[in-house]
Amino acid sequence: MLITHPLLGLRDAQEFTYLGDARLIDRPAPSAPDAEAAFCDYVFLRDNPAGVHRELWYHEHGDRSWLVVTRDTVTHEVLGAELARNVALARTRCSK
Amino acid sequence: MKFSGFRVFAEALKGHTGWRPLWRNPDPKPSYDYLIVGGGGHGLATAYYLAKTFGRSRIAVLEKGWLGSGNVGRNTTIIRSNYLLAGNEPFYEFSMKLWEGLEQELNFNAMVSQRGIINLFHTDAQRDAFRRRGNAMMLAGAGARLLGREELRAMVPFLNYDNARFPIKGGLMQARAGTARHDGVAWGYARGADSHGVDLIQNCEVTGFRLDRGKVRGVETSRGYIAADKVGVAVAGSSSRVMAMAGMRLPIESHVLQAFVTEGLKPTIPGVITFGAGHFYISQSDKGGLVFGGDIDGYNSYAQRGNLPVVEDVVEGGMALMPMIGRARLLRMWGGVVDMSMDGSPIIDRTQIEGLYLNGGWCYGGFKATPASGYAFAHLLATGASHETARAYRIERFARGHVVDERGAGAQPNLH
Repeated sequence: MLITHPLLGLRDAQEFTYLGDARLIDRPAPSAPDAEAAFCDYVFLRDNPAGVHRELWYHEHGDRSWLVVTRDTVTHEVLGAELARNVALARTRCSK
Repeated sequence: MKFSGFRVFAEALKGHTGWRPLWRNPDPKPSYDYLIVGGGGHGLATAYYLAKTFGRSRIAVLEKGWLGSGNVGRNTTIIRSNYLLAGNEPFYEFSMKLWEGLEQELNFNAMVSQRGIINLFHTDAQRDAFRRRGNAMMLAGAGARLLGREELRAMVPFLNYDNARFPIKGGLMQARAGTARHDGVAWGYARGADSHGVDLIQNCEVTGFRLDRGKVRGVETSRGYIAADKVGVAVAGSSSRVMAMAGMRLPIESHVLQAFVTEGLKPTIPGVITFGAGHFYISQSDKGGLVFGGDIDGYNSYAQRGNLPVVEDVVEGGMALMPMIGRARLLRMWGGVVDMSMDGSPIIDRTQIEGLYLNGGWCYGGFKATPASGYAFAHLLATGASHETARAYRIERFARGHVVDERGAGAQPNLH
């Protein structure tokens, strides 16, 4: 598989390590009243779709950026990739 | 129709005209007492034990494709019970005991061959860890033997004992482990279930569940609605997809695991050899092919085929361990989709929906568990309680923190 890195162009997936569903960006609020149940779901449960999946890849043997890669889990076709930082900023997860 | 040597002899005299199909091919009835979704090894074994051992009737198995068309025909046929944790070892040992009596039980040749498994170790720390695992196995009655380097060399002289990175210091052996004919296991259970009145319904895909006030009433299928108050789902690889139709999210990711077989060679590898440090394991089929594999590809996949980096990784491991296989020619390679769970252990449990039961999360090790998985799932469906060897496999273990994490890798499925 080749991943379309937004800064570096096409990179071999072997340069990356895989973390999983991009929803892992959305860490629950630790002080919320239902935090225990929310964290249990966050840590253990996944949608695991057959088809388009947004997922976190880390460019370990490259520029060490985290990417959100959109990929089809049935065909392995990579449909796009963006910097995870930008995705998180767009969700106002990061304040800076 | 009972199989026997006499029967084969008698058929030979009649030009083999007396053999009949091993099971009926019935159309679905409007309702059943028990529906098993998934006609693979686990689903067929569940139906068999439910009918035979637990004496239940009005049972149907619903299979999307043909019987045994999924992972039961895609694995590398290894059976073993060499686990460490108390939640796992008794269950897999129960499975091993069922394997030992399986062919008599089913009157079917599943080619169960207890040719032994050897897990290689390369350091003092690994030897200690394997000694501990061997002790756990002996406590569960599975048997284990720690082999030193010279003892091992006498048994398998062809390994590269002086690899610079992973010199072989010895191995942990379970002599009762071995291999079985994977398709034969599915066919044997299918035939057994059918002969006890189970309807095996093929080309029948479940497309939805009909639920009513927290209870399951039946399933929608590509061949129409079928009513049942108890539905057991045994579709490992696709558990998330099927259970999503009932509104459930599971602690599972689907991953692709590849396997390989070479052309047939003369007998050379006596049992199963695993080289965990090099991501490689191998055995030799009765037909002569070297059957081997390694790690999962490591990303979510429903493709039933993998990518080349893992092929390279597996083959490098093989060449490091036994350079003699370098001239063997690869005959086939394939991939199967496996349920990778969050702790590397399976789930056999009821769900929050009354009457809906789940059997899944088998990671890359479901084949060896087939008999015990079927037995334990049938026990759960028939009695409503977990089988004594499967109590650690409740789904709420994740919320309670009682995970069964043999690898100690945490909630990261591609590391198990």
